[in-house]
Amino acid sequence: MSLERLPIIFRTEDLCAYYEDFMAIKHINIKIPQKQVTALMGPSGCGKTTFIRCLNRLHELTPGARITGSIYLRDQNILQLDPIVVRRRVGMVFQRPNPFPTMTIYENVLAGYKLLGIRLPRNEADEIAEWALRKAALWEEVKDILHRRGTFLSGGQQQRLCIARALAVKPEVLLMDEPTSALDPKSSLQIENLIVELKETVTIVIVTHNMPQAGRISDFTAFFYLGELVEFGPTAELFTNPKDPRTEEYLTGKFS
Amino acid sequence: MKFNLAGQFYDDIFRKISTVMALLIIGLVIGIFITLVIESWPSIKAFGLRFIWTTTWDPVSREFGALPFLVGTLLTSFLALIIATPFALAGAIFLGEIAPPRLANPISFIMELLAGIPSVIYGLWALFYLVPIVRWLEIKFGAPPFGLGMFTASLVLAIMILPYALSVARDVIKLVPQDIKEAAYGLGATRWETILHVIVPYARSGIFAGIVLALGRALGETMAVTMVIGNRSAMPHSIWDLGNTMASVIANEFTEATEDVHLAALVEIGLLLFVITVIVNLIARLIIIRLKVK
Amino acid sequence: MNTYPARENWRRIKNQIAVIIIILLALIPTLPLFFILANIIHEGLRSINLDFFLHLPAPPGETGGGISNALVGTFIIVGIAVIIGVPISILAGIYLSEYGKDSKLAEIIRISADVLQGVPSIVIGIVAYAWVVRPMGHFSAFSGSVALALMMIPVVVRTTEEVLRLVPDILREASLALGVPYWRTVMKVVLPTGMVGVTTGILIAVARIAGETAPLLFTAFGNQFMTLNPMEPMNALPLVIFNYATSPYEDWWRQAWATAVVLTFMVLLLNILSRILAKRIAGEK
Ligand SMILES: Nc1ncnc2c1ncn2[C@@H]1O[C@H](COP(=O)(O)OP(=O)(O)OP(=O)(O)O)[C@@H](O)[C@H]1O
Ligand SMILES: [Mg+2]
Repeated sequence: MSLERLPIIFRTEDLCAYYEDFMAIKHINIKIPQKQVTALMGPSGCGKTTFIRCLNRLHELTPGARITGSIYLRDQNILQLDPIVVRRRVGMVFQRPNPFPTMTIYENVLAGYKLLGIRLPRNEADEIAEWALRKAALWEEVKDILHRRGTFLSGGQQQRLCIARALAVKPEVLLMDEPTSALDPKSSLQIENLIVELKETVTIVIVTHNMPQAGRISDFTAFFYLGELVEFGPTAELFTNPKDPRTEEYLTGKFS
Repeated sequence: MKFNLAGQFYDDIFRKISTVMALLIIGLVIGIFITLVIESWPSIKAFGLRFIWTTTWDPVSREFGALPFLVGTLLTSFLALIIATPFALAGAIFLGEIAPPRLANPISFIMELLAGIPSVIYGLWALFYLVPIVRWLEIKFGAPPFGLGMFTASLVLAIMILPYALSVARDVIKLVPQDIKEAAYGLGATRWETILHVIVPYARSGIFAGIVLALGRALGETMAVTMVIGNRSAMPHSIWDLGNTMASVIANEFTEATEDVHLAALVEIGLLLFVITVIVNLIARLIIIRLKVK
Repeated sequence: MNTYPARENWRRIKNQIAVIIIILLALIPTLPLFFILANIIHEGLRSINLDFFLHLPAPPGETGGGISNALVGTFIIVGIAVIIGVPISILAGIYLSEYGKDSKLAEIIRISADVLQGVPSIVIGIVAYAWVVRPMGHFSAFSGSVALALMMIPVVVRTTEEVLRLVPDILREASLALGVPYWRTVMKVVLPTGMVGVTTGILIAVARIAGETAPLLFTAFGNQFMTLNPMEPMNALPLVIFNYATSPYEDWWRQAWATAVVLTFMVLLLNILSRILAKRIAGEK
């Protein structure tokens, strides 16, 4: 599989992100292919989280944070769009599962509508909820307890609930920031399998520290180092034949 | 799509509304101060600084000096503080250090509930139960047996501020790190030595803050005092005398004041009371902030 | 090994004496507090019956009568105070926790809230008199509510802020990442998550203002008759206690005690309720 022939969903041009005066990511130019899984890797503090938070404009919520450059989502510069529209098109799943504690499982899945005050007809709401929960491979486990609090679920279930919540608003891209690092191995594996299936529906950009995981699930891998994009290419290629010495050092575990 | 895309617009409005409400709080404090100054202006103009150190309070001859009330407030508050502090301190040490949690928790709970009883009820109780006791005492000491008066007021105040000072002090004592205490016990110190040389010095400023906060309360306390102090607007000569505090004279005379300057004089007392309590509360706050920094 | 047996003994004895003195000192103040509670219950329960709740006050000097108007009055006056005070307080608390945070302005607002909380209630009464009674030309329940609202605002502001600050940021981000505007995130995610805590704060504040007398003396003023009109003078439980206790009539003293039981019960109930809620929050964490 080569990058050139795939349709591109995200393209950044000379993207820099700052915290106050500190430049956390530097001049990133990347093209993220549609309906593929792209993994972001790199040592801690290299700017992976910062980068994906730029992609749905969560970055700018940090006081003192700034962005320069441009980010194109299907040829529209998202920095010139309403951030709220951007975030509905680009969903996010966080490191720690964060279902809303005041809502039931059902309400959590439909939170993207409920919180915006959008009233769906009952049957449409039920349909979306079931669809999203099935997509998140959670339906069978929760279909009888839809009206209980989401916080009673196990960590892995909660994380899949968060995935369902993000999917329910039918985003084009799903950003995931180390979605399995707070979970046990079995739950992690479930989520990995889920991700592979989900790429039929959405484009996935996932941050991970776990090399085998990136190898199992991602089609492309971007390697970040000290805020720079060092290398980007098909995962298999990058893993077996890194072009940059820094990538190689990272992959062989020389720094962590 | 029929989504509400004007998020930014409502975000701005919401932010502005909550900012305005927050600013309103500053506005209220300033507004209270300005209102008090304006309302007391006739009195400020008529008496100037003399208001604070003259002792005649005579609505008939329109001569107003607030010294008796300043003295009444300070005397009763400090006396209450002197009475309450040893008990509050002992209680705080007992609940925070000596008593096992099984005992300390329910006692603290009841303490805090009692602290919530309205002051008018303390006044009612004092009027019918404390006054006879004080009268008996006064007979013993050869003082005029009013039962009412400054001393009675101090006693009720002491009872009322005690739970308050106690709970602040107890919280600070509980914050003393376990390892410091263990270090003292490890050196062979007895419990009393540990309390005296380790716990109390460590918690000193917090305990002090609690006492200052309690003073702030005592200074402004109105109902219980009004009901037992005897309401005499002359300079008191002893603690057995009938008297008035700043708060009680306002409570007693405000609705009866027919002359503008009388009303203004009462408001000016309120202004003084406001300034004093603000200063006392800010001092307590400063101590607490310093505590947190430490 | 112990070379100073006498000194060691003295230290031990001193310790025991000191601890006993502390315990005694600690127990003495529980006596008056215990007596207050016992006296209220004893004196009050003697004269409470259903009629007491249902009847209007008897004319001065006559026996009998009840506190129906004061009971209703307290609910109305406190209710209006809550309606005025709570929205302002919650929004100001939201400002402090969501927007102001550690800014200078927020710090000034916090200090102002502390100052406001320390203002003696009698002074609040004067201010409400100047702001509402004078312009209206007469005493009114509404002016009393304004006074009480001024007293509850700082309490609710500070608890709201504290509670909202405890709501984890990841919940805010989860909502924002769904494309929910910040104001909706605050109203629909942050506030509901902290609602139990905010309610606790409101209950504590209500418990405090329900028994306040001084600010009502020259605002709500009191009224021998039943009125539901907040623009008229209105009776309230604390006013009844004060007026009856300081009256020369024995039957009114009895009624003052009975009213005191009712008021104490109400205030204690609110306080206990708030504590149960507070425990529940602590349990959830
Ligand atoms: N809120 C912030 N304020 C200031 N600097 C920040 C902030 N968040 C992150 N940084 C800095 O920006 C740089 C990139 O951080 P980021 O969180 O993007 O790294 P990361 O690659 O996600 O690391 P990790 O693998 O540990 O999650 C780091 O040097 C970090 O210290
Ligand atoms: Mg990260």
